[in-house]
Amino acid sequence: MKESLFGKTLNDLTTLAVELGLPKFTGKQMAEWLYQKDISSIEEMTNLSKKARELLAGKFEFGLIDSTKVQESIDGTKKYLFPTNKGKFIETAMIPDDDRKTVCVSSQVGCKMGCLFCMTGKQGFQGQLTAGEIVNQIRNIPEWHEVTNIVYMGMGEPFDNLEEVLKSLEILTSEWGFAMSPRRITVSTIGIVPGMLTFLEKSEAHLAVSMHTPFDDERQKLMPVQVAYPLAEVIHEIKSWDFGRQRRVSFEYIVFKGLNDSPRHVQELCKILNGIKCRINLIRFHPIPGTPLVGTDENTLQKFKEKLNDKGILTTIRASRGQDIYAACGLLSTKELGG
Amino acid sequence: MPKAEEYKNPNLELIEVIITGNQEISPGVHLISWKRTHDFHPGQVVKITADPKIAPRIYSICSGNDEPEIRVLFNVKEDGLLTPKLAGMIPGMKIRTTKPYGSFKDGKEPAWWIATGTGIAPFYSMFRSGISENKTLIHGVRQLNQFYFEDELEWSLGDRYIRCCSQEQSCNVFPGRVTHYLNQINDLPTTINYYLCGKALMVVEVRDLLISRGVPYQNILAEIYF
Ligand SMILES: Cc1cc2nc3c(=O)[nH]c(=O)nc-3n(C[C@H](O)[C@H](O)[C@H](O)COP(=O)(O)OP(=O)(O)OC[C@H]3O[C@@H](n4cnc5c(N)ncnc54)[C@H](O)[C@@H]3O)c2cc1C
Ligand code: SF4
Repeated sequence: MKESLFGKTLNDLTTLAVELGLPKFTGKQMAEWLYQKDISSIEEMTNLSKKARELLAGKFEFGLIDSTKVQESIDGTKKYLFPTNKGKFIETAMIPDDDRKTVCVSSQVGCKMGCLFCMTGKQGFQGQLTAGEIVNQIRNIPEWHEVTNIVYMGMGEPFDNLEEVLKSLEILTSEWGFAMSPRRITVSTIGIVPGMLTFLEKSEAHLAVSMHTPFDDERQKLMPVQVAYPLAEVIHEIKSWDFGRQRRVSFEYIVFKGLNDSPRHVQELCKILNGIKCRINLIRFHPIPGTPLVGTDENTLQKFKEKLNDKGILTTIRASRGQDIYAACGLLSTKELGG
Repeated sequence: MPKAEEYKNPNLELIEVIITGNQEISPGVHLISWKRTHDFHPGQVVKITADPKIAPRIYSICSGNDEPEIRVLFNVKEDGLLTPKLAGMIPGMKIRTTKPYGSFKDGKEPAWWIATGTGIAPFYSMFRSGISENKTLIHGVRQLNQFYFEDELEWSLGDRYIRCCSQEQSCNVFPGRVTHYLNQINDLPTTINYYLCGKALMVVEVRDLLISRGVPYQNILAEIYF
């Protein structure tokens, strides 16, 4: 199988152009074809000489991967199934909302983190995605020109695949790439601290942290990562980071009935988030097969939100989207397809 | 001696320690040790690195909490950054480690400890620290030579030490994976605690199985070697 051009950075492309004896600026030309235009083959890169295209095609392929299945929800959300280069499968959600189109991308095939409430976690880990496979989830859907926001909240833990995630962010935000504002991109983590710190340093995108409860003993029953990277360490690092005025940090909070929806939780949230300019996104739980967890009722959810807002923490409830096609938060899985 | 670092305090600075031993106890699996600098709770972890350019990796402590040395059990990932380096280190060389931390701790209540591969480490630490009276240890491996500390555990725990091997067979060893072993037990206790340690897939499969058999999820604590 030939190596893909898609997923390479400007630097990579320039280096390979020079190695092939092509002019240095060929790198930039290729980047523009790959990330800004509607073509899918090297042959179509018409401002490159015929010889250059032949040379490239001898060694490389363009590298877009077509989705093999699309499902559409009654609310307009679409779920795309993409094969990976290693014969596995990943899912991507496209969520339309008024004038916005948000794409929720996967960063790994399955996941190693085993969160109790997550369908991807049940699948175990089948492999890392390359930057090309991550960016392909945006570039290779019919809506790609209309995408306004990107969230790394699909399958996998982005900071467990840090290098490729950072590379994908570079492609999405560079002038030679998709030229998207990093303020339209959010990367979500369960709190892999070393990866989070590198991300904060090297990218300008927003950060979302899956918290789900402020109490350590409860969190470690829901999220095994708590044993390795305790929430206290995550919060400590966030408090020491200067997010500036534009960059946002938010905390994701799935609200479970009788588990994390009490006034005690509101109080503790206020305590541990004191000093951080942040928002909390409350998420309705979408039950997965065999789960012992139950989502909180609407009444409690609203009350919980109000209490947090009253205490001065900007809190919103995220709309559930694509539940009927298993595209909603925590429901993505390709286990039945062997990963 | 300073107290073990409770995870409330996240300031885990790296300190330099001198390796006192590095033994390959099974093909590709090493037990590396250094003089204990802090108290710890069995089940806790340390972060280790051998090179400032390599981000520290996390390892379960694999020694008793009143032993003079801290030991760590690791398997060498051939294409990994840290473990091939660690494997090549000899006594007298220096590594950098954090104070022990983490909340994977067991108490006096009855519990089942379920591990695969080097996931045995925290349980061996608990065992060496004298916490094993009402515990059952189930260890799953692929090959028979991966039952680390087998003689000592068999001698002390007797019937409460269950070995499962998925690729080789031997007497007193259950032929199959840990999940197969658990599946064929009719009455899994539902009021005790379960501690799981090892790779993600084992942890999620065993956790699902336990929950489906009526074990409350609150009774299950997992540590994943991701
Ligand atoms: C809480 C916890 C406790 C742990 N305790 C133990 C323990 O007691 N014993 C133990 O042996 N391990 C333990 N681990 C695992 C340990 O922390 C390391 O992950 C492991 O030792 C591998 O380290 P490494 O640097 O050699 O490999 P790494 O360099 O981290 O690589 C790990 C694997 O990922 C692959 N990889 C690396 N980089 C890439 C890339 N860019 N793209 C794709 N694949 C890549 C490598 O091929 C390799 O197989 C624990 C982990 C956690 C989270
Ligand atoms: S919630 Fe995220 S980190 Fe946790 S198992 Fe699911 S995909 Fe992995």
